[in-house]
Order: sequence, then structure tokens, then C-alpha cells
Amino acid sequence: MLYRDGDPIADTRAPEGPLETRWERRRFSARLVNPANRRKLTIAVVGTGLAGGSAAATLGELGYNVLSFCYQDSPRRAHSIAAQGGINAAKNYAGDGDSVHRLFHDTIKGGDFRSRESNVHRLAEVSTSIIDQCVAQGVPFAREYGGLLDTRSFGGAQVSRTFYARGQTGQQLLLGAYQALARQVHAGSVRSFPRTEMLDLVVSDGRARGVVVRDLVTGEVTTHLADAVVLATGGYGNVFHLSTNAKGCNTTAIWRAHKRGALFANPCYTQIHPTCIPVSGDHQSKLTLMSESLRNDGRVWVPVEAGDSRPPDQVPESERDYYLERIYPSFGNLVPRDIASRAAKAVCDAGRGVGPGGLGVYLDFADAIARLGRDTVAARYGNLFEMYQRITDEDPYQVPMRIYPAVHYTMGGLWVDYDLRSTIPGLFVIGEANFSDHGANRLGASALMQGLADGYFVLPAVIGDYLADGPFGPVDPNAVDEAEDGVRELVSTLLTIKGDRTPESFHRELGRLMWDLCGMERSEDGLRKALERIPSLREEFWRRLKVTGTGGELNQALEKAGRVADFLELAELMCVDALHRSESCGGHFRVESQTAEGDARRDDDRFSYVAAWEFTGVGEPPMLHREQLHFEAVRPTVRSYK
Amino acid sequence: MALTLQRGSLGRQGFPRRLWSSTVGKKAVMAVTGGILLAYVVAHMVGNLTIFLGDIDGYGVFLRRLLAPVLGHGGFVWVIRVVLLLAVVLHMTAAIQLARRAARARPVGYARRPRVQGGYAARTMRWGGVIIALFVVYHLLDLTAGVLNPHGVEGQIHANVIADFQHWYVVAAYTLAVVALGLHLRHGMWSALRSLGRAPGASSVMALVVSVGITVGFLSVPYAVLFGIVR
Amino acid sequence: MRYRVRVWRQTGPTAKGQLVDYEIDGVTAEMSFLEMLDVLNERLQLEGDDPVAFDHDCREGICGACGVMIDGVAHGPGKATTTCQLHMRQFDPADPIVVEPWRAAPFPVLRDLVVDRTALDRVIEAGGYISTRAGAAPDAHALPVPKPDADTAFEAAACIGCGACVAACPNGSSMLFTAAKATHLGVLPQGQPERYTRARDMVETQDDLGFGGCTLTGECTAVCPKGIPLSTISRLNHDVLSAVLRSG
Repeated sequence: MLYRDGDPIADTRAPEGPLETRWERRRFSARLVNPANRRKLTIAVVGTGLAGGSAAATLGELGYNVLSFCYQDSPRRAHSIAAQGGINAAKNYAGDGDSVHRLFHDTIKGGDFRSRESNVHRLAEVSTSIIDQCVAQGVPFAREYGGLLDTRSFGGAQVSRTFYARGQTGQQLLLGAYQALARQVHAGSVRSFPRTEMLDLVVSDGRARGVVVRDLVTGEVTTHLADAVVLATGGYGNVFHLSTNAKGCNTTAIWRAHKRGALFANPCYTQIHPTCIPVSGDHQSKLTLMSESLRNDGRVWVPVEAGDSRPPDQVPESERDYYLERIYPSFGNLVPRDIASRAAKAVCDAGRGVGPGGLGVYLDFADAIARLGRDTVAARYGNLFEMYQRITDEDPYQVPMRIYPAVHYTMGGLWVDYDLRSTIPGLFVIGEANFSDHGANRLGASALMQGLADGYFVLPAVIGDYLADGPFGPVDPNAVDEAEDGVRELVSTLLTIKGDRTPESFHRELGRLMWDLCGMERSEDGLRKALERIPSLREEFWRRLKVTGTGGELNQALEKAGRVADFLELAELMCVDALHRSESCGGHFRVESQTAEGDARRDDDRFSYVAAWEFTGVGEPPMLHREQLHFEAVRPTVRSYK
Repeated sequence: MALTLQRGSLGRQGFPRRLWSSTVGKKAVMAVTGGILLAYVVAHMVGNLTIFLGDIDGYGVFLRRLLAPVLGHGGFVWVIRVVLLLAVVLHMTAAIQLARRAARARPVGYARRPRVQGGYAARTMRWGGVIIALFVVYHLLDLTAGVLNPHGVEGQIHANVIADFQHWYVVAAYTLAVVALGLHLRHGMWSALRSLGRAPGASSVMALVVSVGITVGFLSVPYAVLFGIVR
Repeated sequence: MRYRVRVWRQTGPTAKGQLVDYEIDGVTAEMSFLEMLDVLNERLQLEGDDPVAFDHDCREGICGACGVMIDGVAHGPGKATTTCQLHMRQFDPADPIVVEPWRAAPFPVLRDLVVDRTALDRVIEAGGYISTRAGAAPDAHALPVPKPDADTAFEAAACIGCGACVAACPNGSSMLFTAAKATHLGVLPQGQPERYTRARDMVETQDDLGFGGCTLTGECTAVCPKGIPLSTISRLNHDVLSAVLRSG
């Protein structure tokens, strides 16, 4: 049995009635905590990326007692920092017809009609405040000569609504949030715990009441109690081993919360980013993204003929296939990510790929350089070109870039309602760690928007409604002991297997398996194969793992082993979800469900729901709770970018 | 491994203490006192060059008579000496304190450490300063107190100078010190402007021109004596 | 290809460390420097030894986590490059590569090549921000910023807080790091109200933390992976002195 059916689930917190005023009404109806009481309430925020950093800072500003945790050596290093392209906002500064409704519409459509209207509309509303907030903090967005903010366009949109800071938008936004956080640390409202990894959630009397953490320097396992816990620990793309995520990104926090009872929604929705630097060898430890913004001016092509191994400059114009422009004339090179990625895979599968191994397509700037001049191209993309050259030793001003899709983002995550509450009372989940806003595919420049919307504006506005019932009384000491003992036991188990394989080798094997069988294209056969192999790989892990050193010291192999253990469990759930969802939608492409032209075929009659999974035990069939999606403002249509 | 720091410590009250307690403040003090010393060095060099006019002894008399009605005979020279002494003490104290702080900031060095960027002048500031300080002591004993001078008669500046620079080793020591001074000034001027928060575009060219000018000016006297141009 | 490396090994903050020689086979030119260390670590673990601990995360040159002295140069031989963006094609297999941690009293070694850089967080906490509150901001276009100022701010804001400037500075000074933040915020109109006190407070904090004083040797900018210019330090000095002069 693959899974068991459970009761349907519903989001009970979004107000009914007109979509446009739901957020306003919810903010008004949410109860408040008076300032004197906020000091007495402790909130643990795990993760310091755009969502976690901005949430911790803002909750600190409101006067709550905030504990902020991150595994990195500084909150400023969270992987949001690597986002390159930009952040969407419905400011309509470009005067090209943008509006909150259009951003809402584009995001719903971009997500292939698998997200909640109420959440997405709120995101579009809040987007404008994010830009105001960041400018006030001193985020150095790109500006025009008149001193006003510049914007550019991104995949899946026909308006120019993406604000950016060269190719370092994520860095600048994160530093803004980090600085706001630093200010609160200085003020004493936030206590920062870097190099500290959350390893379990304390649940007492049915409420999330704290986190069990391991100090990554001393190895000490301790518990921090709180009145609410916020997880902002990012996505789980590293289940694929090779991805654009940072090496440390992991699923541990959300997975262990899942094992404590939080439902995990849509785990199979994975975004494959179309513009990454191709893999160069077996040793490769990570994939590097080239910002999607490059598709504004770069043209994607492959040779018309399969097996054409001439260097790009010797392929005449007539023998080049600008396949995105050919197949999708109205969006051209700016089609959404899932479509661009799959198109690249299709041409490579047809033997027309370029570069070593044939797993690559050209992204050519020759026309842009001829049209705009080298200086303008350098001003827009200079740092990306440099990065590309450093890695590949090729000069993209002279030779077209070679790109190939890579795992980049996970739309799935812990299930939350409109108030960002998970199914464990007191456990809030924000940013990439939740599932809420991007449906089956995220549009470019929307991750930064969601992370900051959740952290600066949404969570601070609704968390009071939960905390108004607090303080929640003493925590059951047995619950703390049980969680701490579990963590200590896990650490000691990992250290005492003393087998003959490193954590890295298991991670690499799992990643390859997932990429081959649950990657850009999924089939029933492949997924069934994966579901056979993952449990046996997991069994091998617990038999043959080798971790040197002890638990009472800085031990990076031990950290890695714990994360791989969780990936080995999550991978199975992803495959179950992918197998059960026999339609294609967004980032989830089932070969059995495609049109004659090879486009994704959605099945709204059967799958217009969020799949929220309940943990029932390792290797046990999970329980599926369906949340039906209702579309009032946008009617689901076949997503066309042609 | 928590690093502790104390905010608002007692050393931070009032302008002078706040300035002196900060590394930036100390560098500013070094920049200002360095500027005073530079002005003196320029005046000193111009004074030296009067030897080519043949009346350096008269220049000495002139200095002692300057502002004599107010300060008494030789008073002006003593005022200058006091100002210089203060400047030197502040300049050296700040330099020594910063050097000791730097040593504390890197208790364990690198096993391999090639030179990367800093120019020769920048790297030799501290040793150059020590050479200059040692030379100043010798120079005062030689030509001010006359104790180490082969001629050594007060007021007979010309004769004292001629007596000195007959000897190649005196000229060599003098050359070493003046070159050290030139290098010190070159980075010093460039750095002082930045320490005071200015970074004019032409500052490195200007610093080079001034320091070369001072070096040549000072060296012209001993070599003129050594080669018999000035007798 | 076979490379020889000499790596600083130290089991804990108070342990005594030493350079240890290793030979690594099967290194290719496309490998990154950290991937070379990965290969070494895989082998060490299988042999039952502790792998070499080093900080790293994004491996695309932006998070600032990585950073070691390679042959005495912070972040190694590449110009304006982080350690993770170095590739083995930049190294000659004939010469052993010496790998050491950042050295500075405020950056104590935690293990092998890992140092504690929380001192840099303390500097930012002392004032490296513009005091605003979420939800209270005026419209972004209410405050135009001249493009040259925006560009100067951006150039300084590119700092990734890796600590290479401290590691390279003969004085162990964090001045370039602090100057980058003071410049980023100090040239923007939003940053004016706190401009002088921000600069003063950050510098006084870095002094308290035991960093050395800046003597403008320029070693910092030579190794800065983001090319933060030395002119930011002049600006910081100006702002600090202005604040101190006003403190009466």
C-alpha cells in the first residue's frame, strides 16, 4: 500500500467574502497582545534567511522575547543571500499596466493553479510594502539616473516589476534583514544563536513549546522553551545532492517537526531552474545558478541537427534552433522556469545538447552585445559573466554560455493555514519551508517576495492571535526529556555504526537516484523503482555509515550524517507524492500525463487539491489529507505561454 | 567562545579621551603631529639650504633673534623645540600603542606569508620611524649639542657641518636617515590625509613629489660638502 | 593529478595545532579548491581519521562562510575571489599548497580551518543599520537617491563579511569591513541621521573586541573578494572624527 487516505483538511483562517479585502479583514479580526505582555512571551525562530531574519527582527521590534537560531556561523550567511535576480512587487513604477491583481493573477497561473487564491492575493498586496521597507533600511536597489528605482522583467510576466540590486538582490535584501536583526540583538529583544542546529521540536500538551538544539561547536544538546516556534529553515532541494542550494541547506528542522505531527504538503513539487552551469565531473559538490534575468537579453539555442559538435561560432544562423522563441513566440526566452527546463531536457534528450556529455544548451549574448554594446551588457550582468568565466574558464562575451537545468527550489513544505500555522498549534512555518504561495511552480523573483512578506508583514500581524491565549503554562518536563533523549540517542547511533561508507557517499547516491527517477520527469515505473531502492539505501545507511570523531566537538561529518538520515526519509515521501499525483502540473511532470506536443497536462477534476501528508512511521504508508482548492477570482485554464 | 566587550567605558568621556581611546583617533593624532613635524622638516630643509648662500651662521642668529622682544633671545627656538617635543612624543606614543595593539591582535602568525599589496613605504613605516628617531638623537648630539661633532663649537654652524661631512660614514648615516625620512613621509602624507578622512585623487603623486623634494633638499648639503662644492 | 597540501590541524579551541602534510590523488583541473578538500576528507574518513574541518556553505562566492589562507594569501591566488570560487587549474601540482586558518585574536580557531567570526556580528550590532520599523516606511519613490550615491552604496554593500581583510591585515584590523558598512549606509539619504554615531560606535566596538588599528597598508583591499575600495576607510575616518569632535 502506497498511502492511506485520511480526512480532508481545510484552511479555516482565511476570511470568506471578497478576495481583495480578506487580508485587511483578517488583520483587523486577529487579536492583539498588549505591549507589556509581549515581553513575557518567547518566540523561537529557527533560520535567519529572508523569512526568519525578517520575522525575528520584526517580532523583536514588537517587543516579544525572540530566540534566533541558525546553523551558519552568522545569521547573515543564510542561503537567501545567493538569490541573484530580483524581487517582484506590484508597484507599477514602470507604468506598464501592473497591479496587485495582475501580480496575483500571474502568480496563480505561474503556479499552475495549485495554490490558494487567498494566500497569493495577500502576497501580491504586501509586495509593495516590502519595497518601501527595504528602501527605508538602505537596501541599494538599482536606480535610474533620475534617482528612482529601476525594474526589469522576469519569467512568466509581461510587465517589468522585478526590483534588483545587480545580480546580488538576495544578498542586499538579506543584509537589510540581518541588520534589522542585529539592531534588535543590540536592543536585547533578540538573542542570537549561530552555529546551532535544531534537531527536534518540543510538543507539550499538544502545543509546540520549544526546540531541542545542538551547539555545533561544543556538541552540547539543550532545549530552549518558547510560547511559539517559527520554522524558517528553507527548502529541501538538497535531497538531490546536487542543487543550487548551499551545502548546509537541509530538511532536518521541518522533517523532525513533520515526525512530531506537522503535515507535509506537496513534497513532490520541485523547481528545476533552467539556467545553471552544467555539471563538469563526478567530484562536483554543487551547481551554480546563472540568474534567470540573463534570459532578458540572452537567446537560448541548440544546433538544428543532432550530434552537431561544431563550436558555436561555426554553426550558421540557419542551422541554429532558438527553440524557446520558436515554440513560445509570445513569451520567447522568458517562459516560466518549469517550461524552459523541460524544453532544455527535451532538446538534449533528442541528442541536440551541447558541451561535454551533451547536457547543455547555449545562452547566447552575441545579439545583445551587438544591440546594446558590451558596456551595457557588462553593467547588467557583469558579475554573472565573471562568475561563469571563473567556473568554466570560458568568456561569455566571446563564447555563448552553456547552461543546463538544476534543482533550485522546493514549492512543497510544511502545510500551513492562512495564518501560517502548521497543524501543530504554536508551530508557524514561513518562507520556503512552508508550501503556501507558489503552487506547483514558483515564478522568478517571487521567493524573495514571499520570504519577506511572511517575515516582515504576515507573521507579525497574525502571530498575536495565537499568543493572545498565552502564556501557556509550564512545559511538561517529560516532553523535554523525551525529545532531548531522542536527539542524544540519534547522535550516538550515528557515531557507533562504524561502518565503511561516509555520509557524503550516501547523499551522492540518494541524489543521483532522485534526479534520475524523481527529477525533471517522473514516470510510474521510475517512481516505483525509487520506492524500492530508497528503503534499501536507508537500511544500508544505518548499517554501513561511518562517522569519525565524537558528539562532543565540532564534527561536520556528524552534522552531515544527521541531515542525510532525514533526506533518506523525506525522499520516500516525495516519491509517494509524485506517484500519487498522476497529473502533470508546474514543476511536477509525469510522462503519462502530457499532450501530443509534450506539454504538461493537468487534471483539475482529480487533482485540484493540496496533498498534505501525515507521518505514520518510517517506511510506513503515510496518510493523505486533501485540501481542496477553490478558484473564484481566476478560472483555471490550460497554462499557455505560446 | 563568547567575546565580551564593555560599552561606554570610562575612557570614552569627553573629547580628548574619546579621541585618544580610539584607534581612529590615535591615527588622527599621528596625522596632525606628523603634519607639524612635516612643516618643521620643510622649514629646516630651507634653512639648511642657506649654506649655499654662504651664511648659515647668520641664519642661526636670525632664528634666535626672531620674536626676541616678546620671547627673549633664543626664545623662539625654545618654543619650537617644546612644540616639536610634544608632537614627537604624541606621534611616537600613538605609533607604539598601535603597534602593540597590532601584535596583540595577531598573537599567532602565519607559517607562510608572502608580501601581497602594501608598498615598500607602507611596510617600513615602523622601522623607518625607529631609524629616524635614532638619527634625531644622534643629530641633536652632533649639531645641536655639539657633543659628537668633530668641530663642535656652538654658533659655528658652517664649520660644524663641514667638519661632519668630511667623513664618508657620517654622510652614509645621514643618507640612510634621510632616505628613511623620505619613505616615511611619502606613505605618511598619503596616509595622514586618509586618517583625517580625506582622500584627494592626486594625493599619492603629491606625496611622492614632496617626499622626493625633501630627500633631495636634505641630501644636497652633505654631498656638496663631501664633493667639495661647499667648503 | 596529484597535489600536495600542508593543512593546519587543530582539534579544538584550546588544543595545540600543527601543519600536516597530505598527498591527494585524482584531482582534476575543473575541481574547485574545496572539492579537492572534499576528496581529501572522504579519504581521511575511510581511513578512520577526522576530516579537515572548514567553513563553507553556498560555494558560489556570496555567503562569506568560506575563507582560508592559501600560501599566505587570504582566499588564495585568484583576484577578487572567495576560496570556494578557486579552481585547481590555478595551482601548480609541483608546489605544495599551505592552508591555514584566518589568524586574529578576535577570530579564535575553533577547529582546523574553522574560526569564530562572531566579532564581526558584534560590530554590526553596534550600529551597522538604519533604524526603521517594519510597516512604517514611506513609499519607496518618496526618496530619490542620485545614481552615483546609489552606486557607491552598492559597491560598499557588496561586502560578504568573510573576514579576509582582517586575516590579511598586518595589524589584524577589521577596518575595511566596518568601513564598507559605514559607507553603504552613510552615503544614502536614509542613513544620514545616524551616520556619525554609527561610524563611531562600530569603530569603538571593533577596538573593544581586540582588532588592531588601521594603518592603511592596503593589504585588505588586495584580497577582498568583493573589491571594497580603500576609499571607504577615509570616509569612515571622516565620520568617526566628526562624531568624536562633536562629543565635546
